[in-house]
Amino acid sequence: MIRLERRPQPSRLWTGLTPLLAVLLTMVVGGMMFALLGKPPLEAIRIIFWDPLFHPQFAAYSRPQLLVKASPLILIAIGLSLGFRAGIWNIGAEGQYIMGAICGAGMGLAFYPTTSPLIFPAMVLAGALGGWAWAMIPAVLKVRFGTNEILVSLMLVYVAEALLASVSQKLLRNPEGMGFPGSRNFQQYPAAANTEIIVGTGMHWGVVAAFVAVIFTHVLMTRHIQGFNIRLTGEAPRAARFSGVSPARIIILCLGFGGALAGAAGLFEVSGPAGQITIDFNSGYGFTAIIVAFLGRLHPVGILLAGLLMALTYIGGELAQLMLGLPGASIQLFQGMLLFFLLATDVFTNFRIRVGTTKVA
Amino acid sequence: MADTLLSLRGLTKAYPGVVANDDVSFDIRAGEIHALLGENGAGKSTLVKMIYGLVKPDRGEMSLLGAPYAPSEPKAARALGVSMVFQHFSLFNALSVAENVALGMEKPPRVGDLARQIREVSEMYGLPLDPFRIVGTLSAGERQRVEIIRCLLQDRRLLIMDEPTSVLTPQEVEILFATLRKLSAEGTAILYISHKLEEIRALCDHATILRLGKKVATCTPAESTARQLGELMVGTSFAAPASRAQATGAVLLEVTALSLPAPDAFGTPLREIAFQVKAGEVLGLGGVAGNGQDELLAALSGERLAPAGSVTLKGRDVSRTGPMARRDAGLLSAPEERLGHAAAPAMSLVENGVLTAARREGLVSGGFVSWAKARSFAERVIREFDVRTPSPDTAAGALSGGNLQKFVIGREILQRPDVLVVNQPTWGVDAAAAAAIRQALLDLAAKGAAIIVISQDLDELMEISDRFGALNEGRLSRIRPVSGLDMEQIGLMMGGAHGMEVAQVA
Repeated sequence: MIRLERRPQPSRLWTGLTPLLAVLLTMVVGGMMFALLGKPPLEAIRIIFWDPLFHPQFAAYSRPQLLVKASPLILIAIGLSLGFRAGIWNIGAEGQYIMGAICGAGMGLAFYPTTSPLIFPAMVLAGALGGWAWAMIPAVLKVRFGTNEILVSLMLVYVAEALLASVSQKLLRNPEGMGFPGSRNFQQYPAAANTEIIVGTGMHWGVVAAFVAVIFTHVLMTRHIQGFNIRLTGEAPRAARFSGVSPARIIILCLGFGGALAGAAGLFEVSGPAGQITIDFNSGYGFTAIIVAFLGRLHPVGILLAGLLMALTYIGGELAQLMLGLPGASIQLFQGMLLFFLLATDVFTNFRIRVGTTKVA
Repeated sequence: MADTLLSLRGLTKAYPGVVANDDVSFDIRAGEIHALLGENGAGKSTLVKMIYGLVKPDRGEMSLLGAPYAPSEPKAARALGVSMVFQHFSLFNALSVAENVALGMEKPPRVGDLARQIREVSEMYGLPLDPFRIVGTLSAGERQRVEIIRCLLQDRRLLIMDEPTSVLTPQEVEILFATLRKLSAEGTAILYISHKLEEIRALCDHATILRLGKKVATCTPAESTARQLGELMVGTSFAAPASRAQATGAVLLEVTALSLPAPDAFGTPLREIAFQVKAGEVLGLGGVAGNGQDELLAALSGERLAPAGSVTLKGRDVSRTGPMARRDAGLLSAPEERLGHAAAPAMSLVENGVLTAARREGLVSGGFVSWAKARSFAERVIREFDVRTPSPDTAAGALSGGNLQKFVIGREILQRPDVLVVNQPTWGVDAAAAAAIRQALLDLAAKGAAIIVISQDLDELMEISDRFGALNEGRLSRIRPVSGLDMEQIGLMMGGAHGMEVAQVA
């Protein structure tokens, strides 16, 4: 008989080991799925995990893409991780990401075609504020009326999507776009564009922001009393109140931080890789970032690595679709497996397996 | 032996890092009241869990009436007549007494029949209880009756009771003892776990004493003194708190007309609480659990804000300030529930030190935590209060209850409070550690702090308090000097204000 036995304290070894194990299991089961689809499993795995980095022909294109795709994931996941550590479940980062993009892009377009070095920083600020304001809605409702932030933040994603559809067809539509929906392209407006800092690396300002966020959050969580209070609130809410931590302040702080980072990520995306506000410029980063946050164990450095890994599966997945004709849904399934196996193997962090000797005493 | 009911032979159970029971053997005879004594962490809980089928022994065997006995789950144990009343009741607050009893039965009879049975049994054993009352409205003593009656309605040979008197008034304890004696006379054996040595001497026929997982003795408690039993349990002798000179100074904490609504459906509102504590004084507040103890502590610690003007510390109104400001002003507290309230279970002792000592001990500067200072503070608490832990980095939840309690109390005392409020400071703590904690509280008072001890252990309150008051349904009785109070008066104070008036006339 197999039993689970609670560990006296979470195992450090397993905390680090489970993400690796989850990746391995995903490869094995994903490979089986590819085999069932009639594709060569080993080749598919190689194309997803290896070729984007080292393929003689594609790597030159896909390596920079790694940073481009990873940076919004990391930025959003870092923001979410703070709330998740405190037991505050912001599921609506996608909405905050969209609102950040709309507000930041709106700020930039308002100045078109002026050129000033202050425009881009102002756009970043507006983007962060937009995301922050969108996250304040579930925060204030939770503090004032005790509503559930999971539902409110998630529902607001759909509101944000509706707003995005509206502004890309009306308010922010490119007046010279011959009636097509979508804003002006920021690539043609250098003062407001999020350009590559080092050409050919994919390193844009959003990547810089993501690295800064990783370091900032790491210091906050390990050294600062607010980080301690956030962890305490998540571990033992009553003990946090006893300590003197105000739950309302933690809610406002965590949701606000998550919203601001998601908003900034949205602006970096819309003014850089995406280039313009369109109905569907957002590619679900806000939701994928939830997986990244957990895959990275809510730890800043872990999130950095998880973001890069997730970006790799995106790029590799596209490559596999291209080269093997794998259906797009199978790639999404593959990513979903990653979270599933992570949560499943997570059990070993808090429990150990005992193969019980069912000897009759 | 012909009348042996349950025989334990060489029971051994090891958990990772600790042997909870090591080769424990003893017999329980039919109809006897057998005490199980031991320090916290001595292995009492593990042992009774094995008997009740919650834990499987690694080695050793049990036999019930001569037949091999190895219950795989509590259901199997109950089917053979072994039942248990836990220290923490497993009852549903929103359901009635009869419904709660029915939930514990294999084939519950119709509610009407069950209610009749409950009435019969409760009257037969002197445990009055209305089967249709909602459990959330019952006192702790009444809830215990529900658990006992649940056991009595089933076929019973052995009843295990885990620290049953910790939640009862002296009068309720008498009723419980009468019930247990009656049961024992009818042939039901009782395995009685308690820390209260006098109680065991008064009630139990035999006592088995565990220390560090091993059986050290089986004796007849009536023939031993409480001191001998205590020393067997601890392995060394321990000192009773030294008496001290009565020297009280200025009023440090004054509470006037403190009323607060209940925090939730099953909480207790505070009603017009008023008292003063002076420097150097220990005020003991007794009362049956659930009569406003937690709520009073929350109102004093600052977790719940009190009406303006109701809590005055050293002449300053602190009613509307939160826990941090009150700590800064010198008012510290330690709640009853260690895990999740006084301490965060998954966090280390170092981090749990920061939980309350961040500002008073200067562990934080400019918003940044100095982990070196935090560690040395935790180490100081561990050293001075003899907290047994592998290291300060161990999670609080991995410590035994008694050791964590020592840490929690030590953490507050080392911050040199002007006023310290503690709720159940020695609950679930072994005798030696309890004596150490009481002594530390008295030492603190001797240095000029005012101390409020909220406790359900009357012996403890009588031992360390200068004055005594009792909480009843959120009201506080008149505060009276401890010298000259007898148990009957105390019982009446705990019973409520009306009883108190009678007592004063008498």
